[in-house]
Amino acid sequence: MPENLDLKHIADDYRWGFRDEIEPELALKGLTPETVKKISEAKGEPAWMTDFRLKALEIFLKMPMPKWGPDLSELEKKFDDFYYYVKPPAKGPAESWDEVPEEIKKTYERLGIPEAERKVLAGVGAQYDSEVVYHKVKEELERQGVIFVSIEEGLKEYEELFKRYFAKIVPPTDNKFAALNSAVWSGGSFVYVPPGVEVEVPLQAYFRVNTAGFGQFERTLIIVDEGARVHYIEGCTAPLYTTDALHTGVIEIYVHKNAHSRYTTIQNWPINMYNLVTQRAIVEEGGYHMWLDGNLGSKVTMKYPSSILKGRGARSEVLSIAFAKTGQHLDTGAKLIHQAEDTSGRIVSKSISKGEGRASYRGLVKVSPRADRAKANVECDALLIDPESKTDTYPYMEIENETAQIGHEATVSRLADDQIFYLETRGLPEDEAAALIVRGFLEPVTKELPLEFAVELNRLIELEMEGSVG
Amino acid sequence: MANRLEIQDLWVSHEGKKILRGVNLTVPLGEVHALMGPNGAGKSTLGKVIAGDPNYQVEKGRILLDGEEITELEPDERARKGLFLAFQYPVEVPGVQVANFLRLALKERLGKEPPITEFYARLKEAIDLLAWDEEVLSRYLNEGFSGGEKKKNEILQLLVLKPRYAILDETDSGLDIDALKTVARGVNSMRGPDFAALVITHYQRLLNYIVPDVVHVMMDGRVVKTGGPELALELEKRGYDWLKEEVAGA
Repeated sequence: MPENLDLKHIADDYRWGFRDEIEPELALKGLTPETVKKISEAKGEPAWMTDFRLKALEIFLKMPMPKWGPDLSELEKKFDDFYYYVKPPAKGPAESWDEVPEEIKKTYERLGIPEAERKVLAGVGAQYDSEVVYHKVKEELERQGVIFVSIEEGLKEYEELFKRYFAKIVPPTDNKFAALNSAVWSGGSFVYVPPGVEVEVPLQAYFRVNTAGFGQFERTLIIVDEGARVHYIEGCTAPLYTTDALHTGVIEIYVHKNAHSRYTTIQNWPINMYNLVTQRAIVEEGGYHMWLDGNLGSKVTMKYPSSILKGRGARSEVLSIAFAKTGQHLDTGAKLIHQAEDTSGRIVSKSISKGEGRASYRGLVKVSPRADRAKANVECDALLIDPESKTDTYPYMEIENETAQIGHEATVSRLADDQIFYLETRGLPEDEAAALIVRGFLEPVTKELPLEFAVELNRLIELEMEGSVG
Repeated sequence: MANRLEIQDLWVSHEGKKILRGVNLTVPLGEVHALMGPNGAGKSTLGKVIAGDPNYQVEKGRILLDGEEITELEPDERARKGLFLAFQYPVEVPGVQVANFLRLALKERLGKEPPITEFYARLKEAIDLLAWDEEVLSRYLNEGFSGGEKKKNEILQLLVLKPRYAILDETDSGLDIDALKTVARGVNSMRGPDFAALVITHYQRLLNYIVPDVVHVMMDGRVVKTGGPELALELEKRGYDWLKEEVAGA
């Protein structure tokens, strides 16, 4: 079967494709109210959350599949085949790697997480299938009142704060997959940064999927209080299976007055993953939020990080990268919703299509009637590596205010032979020349990444580009 | 033969059209040769073919570098053997910083990562020689460069990579007199027993500043005359027509 051959080839390329032999404590298959109740029960949740989940399931079942984007018809037939909750054999989030079960700890060591934590991070959360197995924030930040815990602990320990924001930014009715996540969510982070506290180095969460046929539904809620500052980074990988997997996250971020926040994610999924994520931030007066979104791998990705610029002078930037290879359709973009005066936003989208891969940009800029002097600039650039590579652009604009200044620029380019030849005459082999051109193409986005992540991303791009020309 | 760039009876076509018809040319190490000729003579084609441009088909003949045939080698393999082509139209590579690019290229040239101090010493020396601002190192490769800056950037690369054999393809075109002098200063600084250059130019002007040891004239895809620096002056005075007649009469 060609599909299997293909997978074998990919398994060689996808270096995160190893899997661990770990027996889960609990594994729930199929999408029913029973599954939902069991998840809630296993987590010892308050009744309001159980009700919330059950209502969300009803919404999910009623809502039609989105028909405007990539083909999801195969996924639609498979909803009952996924595991919706897989509890790893760990006692809940440990605060020391020594308390994390040996096999799981080894996985994170192979991924380099504990090392990165020692060197460059302020805090780390590590999720394995459905549950967070490790969570730790530097003591100094803890003393300043910074909360960085698993979403479950957030609900348990800070219920009032949690309830004030949870599902307020992305309600279950927002879209079918937000509803699905709301019904079966498990894992993710809860972050609160008190007024005026500036977290200088990034907090990082790492999501690892191990079980075959598993759906990961993490839920992250970040609250950045007045004048506070934080940078949250998320990374994801999974082993490679012959069956499809599903990742449906919901990320909610509330950026209060004059606060500054960044959410960076580099996702590198195996190519049988459906990656359908809703990310949204509300930005209050004078606040700033950046989404930096790197999408590699997956079978289908649908992801449009959104910023609602709610207060006067709120600003947001959405920088994204998508790399689609044969068998992949990445439909990514951004939304800027200007609801107040003097708000400004910028979207930079860079996509690369290789082989028969298809990368689509889909974005919305909306300016409401009261958003005087709103400014938005959209730049989407596509790079095609091979003659059969595909790209398309769906830029939506809903401008209801005459004083708004909106710019839109889109380019499509091909990996140019004259660029390759030029670099070759300086001694760079063809593959390296192509990878360098691609890295240069992505530079406007990668330069915003912390150095370690930029290096890692560039390495990933090089792996993706290997054997691509000639 | 070692210590020379040698072109033997080279026939080349491009999109079915014959451009080079039996070029013979030898540039020994330690010498600078000028390659002149009217438009369409095949000068730039020869430069690109020596560098390995895949858009041209070598029908016949050989290119030898230090006695080793390189006719079939990839462009990067030729570069690693010490060959360099300064482009007539340098290509823009957005998002790639000049310094970063030079580090990668020097790594290939040396076969290993250059020690950081050596790398910066090379950069500094080259920048100073070209009386350039270090700011250029953080700009993206040729992106937004003026025509003159692009040419200067080719010479910057030449100075940092220190190849054994350099082909300069109309490096003088589009340069004002100050830029021309700067470029010539860069090339002249490379002259010595371990360096050879083939300077392709349409005009005598550049040769006032880079004085060649030997001048070749190309017409209709062949080298038709070879002489000393005085040949360039004669061409400047009399144009190419007399030579055409001489060739036709021969």
